[in-house]
Amino acid sequence: MDSNLRREIILDNYQHPLHKGLVEEEGYQKIRTNNSSCIDDLMIMVKVEEGKIKDIRFDGEACAISTSATSIMIRNFMGKTYEEAKALLESYEAMIDEKPYDKELLGELNVYDEIYKQPNRKKCALLPFRAIHQILENKDLFNK
Amino acid sequence: MNREDFPIFKQDLIYFDNGATTMKPQCVIDSMTDYYSNYTANAHRGDYDNSMKVDVLYEGVRGKVRKLIDAKDASEVVFTKGTTESLNLVVFGFMKNELKEGDEVLLTKSEHASNLLPWMELEKEIGIVIKYIPLTEDNEVTIPNVLSTITDRTKVISLAQVTNVIGDVRPMKEIGEICSQRGIYFVVDGAQSVPHRKVSVQEMNADFLAFSGHKMLGPTGVGVLWGKKELLERTKPLCYGGGMNTSFESTGDFELKEVPTKFDAGTPAIAEVIGLGRAIDYLEEIGLDKIESYEQELKSYLLARLKEVPKIQIYNEKTASSIVAFNIEGVFSQDTAVYLNHYHICVRAGNHCAKILKEQLGVKNTCRISLYLYNTKEEIDELIRVLKDAEHIFDIVL
Ligand SMILES: Cc1ncc(COP(=O)(O)O)c(C=O)c1O
Repeated sequence: MDSNLRREIILDNYQHPLHKGLVEEEGYQKIRTNNSSCIDDLMIMVKVEEGKIKDIRFDGEACAISTSATSIMIRNFMGKTYEEAKALLESYEAMIDEKPYDKELLGELNVYDEIYKQPNRKKCALLPFRAIHQILENKDLFNK
Repeated sequence: MNREDFPIFKQDLIYFDNGATTMKPQCVIDSMTDYYSNYTANAHRGDYDNSMKVDVLYEGVRGKVRKLIDAKDASEVVFTKGTTESLNLVVFGFMKNELKEGDEVLLTKSEHASNLLPWMELEKEIGIVIKYIPLTEDNEVTIPNVLSTITDRTKVISLAQVTNVIGDVRPMKEIGEICSQRGIYFVVDGAQSVPHRKVSVQEMNADFLAFSGHKMLGPTGVGVLWGKKELLERTKPLCYGGGMNTSFESTGDFELKEVPTKFDAGTPAIAEVIGLGRAIDYLEEIGLDKIESYEQELKSYLLARLKEVPKIQIYNEKTASSIVAFNIEGVFSQDTAVYLNHYHICVRAGNHCAKILKEQLGVKNTCRISLYLYNTKEEIDELIRVLKDAEHIFDIVL
């Protein structure tokens, strides 16, 4: 990916993140993701309905990488079934870890494909995805 | 000043994170290498030359600390791993036995975690009650606020003399006077004050003072708890073993040595204590008054120049120490720190272990610059040059 384009997408998602601000509504799983070695601290809420991720919202203070990754994650995981979300998550984590991954599947999430060059920021790019991890651990949510 | 004494500055390095830890002058490094190369031996254990030399040097450092903090007697100086251990020793070695359920301990929301968590744990264990002295709009502690928080059940006030986020300097002498009039124990966290200014435990009327070697040009792994003799005598060690007892029987009876040796269970950090002694000598050769006024001059210069930077917000302009907390509008503090790191400028981003201060300050995270004697105006100029260029910050960070 062209590095200017990459930067532009990240910056745009940092400065105008999708779904920032929590809602007082039933049916959401709330997950706090923070990192002992870093100061990012995000609250993420996820609603699963009819076998799909229906909505994701977040709030909190975090760096440009974490915040933009949250925003891009939200856009790309909404509407996904359990299997789709699992495949997407696995591919994303493989990319961050410099392992083979499905580039096509990741689409917009490819903007973090060079984050390995800044090893101390890998954790920022992974932070919000812990929320997806946690949701997927509870497969029953998707069977209702 | 004295920059040439610090070998690390042969590198291209601008170090503004002195609140976290400090660089070491060659003489401190040499003093420890000398112990390891030329006279290694345990303390308190032998009848041969090197062991006796170690004993004299190790014990001699208590005297240097005594003089540094204007204590009455060198036997009131206990070596610990650092401020954190010192405060834990106060809380669990002394307060746990002295305080009762419902007794009140006054803290503030800008204390470091190591002056909060031990108390919170004691609250769980024995039911003491923690109360926070309200801070002013400028996050400062005032005497009226101290007085209005004190009740009949107040038994302890435990405060940093200088806080590590805001860098405000507390009116310790007046607070100490209030405490001694009312029989309240006064615990002082000196981690950010002892390295930077003259501190007198007698003038402050303190009961305990805690500080760390590594924040005052000394090695890691060594710090000090100073306490009034009669209080240390009532303090239970947190650690038991060799070196701290006079005798013991298989029946389980044992007798501890006197203060301060009863706190020296096991082989202490001998090289580090010797290094701390050398650091104290070094600071005193320069003069803490001189260090303080140099830092003040640097800080004024830093503040004046920071104001040239577009979109900068400074959180603690009025405070009297050499700590400055700031943010650049629209940029998360950590991104600013990563950006500065690109130019080999070290600042700290975060909440600086004062996690509950956010309730007070309204922002959770800031960039912190904390100055020390070896910083220069030229370094500040370079910082400002880089910060002024911060519109390109994301070209670097992303
Ligand atoms: C005010 C204050 N208290 C306590 C500490 C803890 O010191 P140490 O980590 O050396 O035990 C620090 C260190 O950051 C501090 O700034």
